[in-house]
Amino acid sequence: MTSDNPAVGGLRFMQLGMVALAIGMLFGVIGGFQFLFPEFLQELLFTKTRPLHVSMVVAWIFLAAIGGIYFYLPRQCQLPLFSARAVRWHFWIFLTTGLVIIACYLSGKFAGREYFEFPPVLSIPIFLSWILFGVNYFKTMRQDKEPWPVYYWMWGTGIVFFLITYTESHLWLIPYFRDTMIREIMVQWKSFGALIGSWNMLVYGTALYIATRISGSDKMARSRLAFGLYFLGLFNLMFGWAHHTYLVPSETWIRTFAYVVSMTELFIFGKIIWDWRASLESWQKNRHCNAYRFLVAAEIWVFINLGLALVISVPAFNLFTHGTHITVAHAMGSTIGINTMILLASIFYVIREELPDEVHAYCSRQLRIGFWTANISLVVFFSALILAGIGKGIYDGSSFQEMMTGIRPFLIAFTLSGLSMMVGFWIILWHGFRLIGRIITPVSLGAARQSPQLTAE
Amino acid sequence: MLFVAFTVYSFQIYTSGTDVNHSAPISDAARRGQHIYQEHNCVACHQFYGLGGYMGPDLTNVISTRGEAYSRAFITAGTARMPDFGLHTEEVDALIAFLTFVDQTGTYPPTDYEVSWHGLVTQADDPR
Repeated sequence: MTSDNPAVGGLRFMQLGMVALAIGMLFGVIGGFQFLFPEFLQELLFTKTRPLHVSMVVAWIFLAAIGGIYFYLPRQCQLPLFSARAVRWHFWIFLTTGLVIIACYLSGKFAGREYFEFPPVLSIPIFLSWILFGVNYFKTMRQDKEPWPVYYWMWGTGIVFFLITYTESHLWLIPYFRDTMIREIMVQWKSFGALIGSWNMLVYGTALYIATRISGSDKMARSRLAFGLYFLGLFNLMFGWAHHTYLVPSETWIRTFAYVVSMTELFIFGKIIWDWRASLESWQKNRHCNAYRFLVAAEIWVFINLGLALVISVPAFNLFTHGTHITVAHAMGSTIGINTMILLASIFYVIREELPDEVHAYCSRQLRIGFWTANISLVVFFSALILAGIGKGIYDGSSFQEMMTGIRPFLIAFTLSGLSMMVGFWIILWHGFRLIGRIITPVSLGAARQSPQLTAE
Repeated sequence: MLFVAFTVYSFQIYTSGTDVNHSAPISDAARRGQHIYQEHNCVACHQFYGLGGYMGPDLTNVISTRGEAYSRAFITAGTARMPDFGLHTEEVDALIAFLTFVDQTGTYPPTDYEVSWHGLVTQADDPR
């Protein structure tokens, strides 16, 4: 990354994210086959493929979301970044640390924590890179004297809560937390739940940003309803995590409170249904836009995942779904169906804005094939996980092996649909990576440009 | 105001909310076992209280339901799905001590419970 134009930095983050996703999915598919055939690629144990898959896919979410923010602020929002050098540092710290983490996994050096399975010393550069990002973001935003639209708040909240929850997820290093098993489990769930909430703030903020740009109106991002939904999301980020801990013997009030908090999401669920007709009309108007297509897919997956989240947040149902593949369906449905679709929308929105004539017919056709392959595969993948989870949840025998044999058909469907989903996404990522690469040179030469004029209505 | 509420709430989670009095203090051997569990990334395949991977069974109560000898045999020899990690006897002892420590903290999944009309679950086998 040699250009001084910080918008180029944003594009490099997006490209790196796409590489991370492409490789991360490959490890996911390998892990799926190892689930079915434990002797498959034994040199690469499942204890290695799982963290490689998880870390690289999580890296994709962060890289693509951060890349969007670094691109949109100077390029479209007339807000030159406070420090272009900090963007470069951020990129190189992220890349170097990521490579060291991959080397640790491949050589079997683990800290053995769910989601953060790398040695904790590597959390230090990650944390520092986020400090750089946070300082750069808030110093940049000081230039904007107008009241902020909600997506600026969401991005800022995502950064602050990443720092809080990432710190919290390392409290296990202190014996006070580590030595009491229930506290150790509860703080893990608390920090992971809120950490996912923090990246959702970055991603949903991006979705709202693109939606306002495509529609040409900033009204929806400045409305009371938008801020109301933002606070509802923040409230759930802070307090909603404990629906994962109904069966952990902590104090009862924690679980009862989480149940009440989780049910507030019914409001969002209801709003999606209420807006259905308007969404359909908007879809018909913009259906030829690649970015919009990904946004619509994300909206449908929000509806499906929110429905599932509401069901598994009821303790009586959670009793049977917790610790089963239904939890995985919820996690995969959210990270693929919602986060990935929104971030791909962000990438193809950038392409549409910067290279309006470059998405040729052949490319557009391949993108459609990739889009439908990925989404149809995701439907099968998601359904197979739900069915496997039901199989595990209702199994009342005592043999783990017998239970696994019973759900094997669903695990086969899960793995094969994972494979076809990867192929679908690879097609999309190939074009995304290639076209973003073509933007980089003109952007590095050109001056900042503003996105299409937004209206207040 | 929301942030203050979050701070107070977090403090409660860190202290009284998770201050279970049934659990014996962790022994040095269990602490060593916890370290070995993490070092070999056992969480990739196993769960405690439903948190972790899905390749192998949840281990919260493996000691009380299957017994120490059964657990020791699996750890030492591995299975078709689980590799033999080549652990020394003292490492296996430490892992057993850790699993015994975890086993004493509660019952998962619950076997004796009641579901109320509003969906809340009351566990009779909740150790608190």
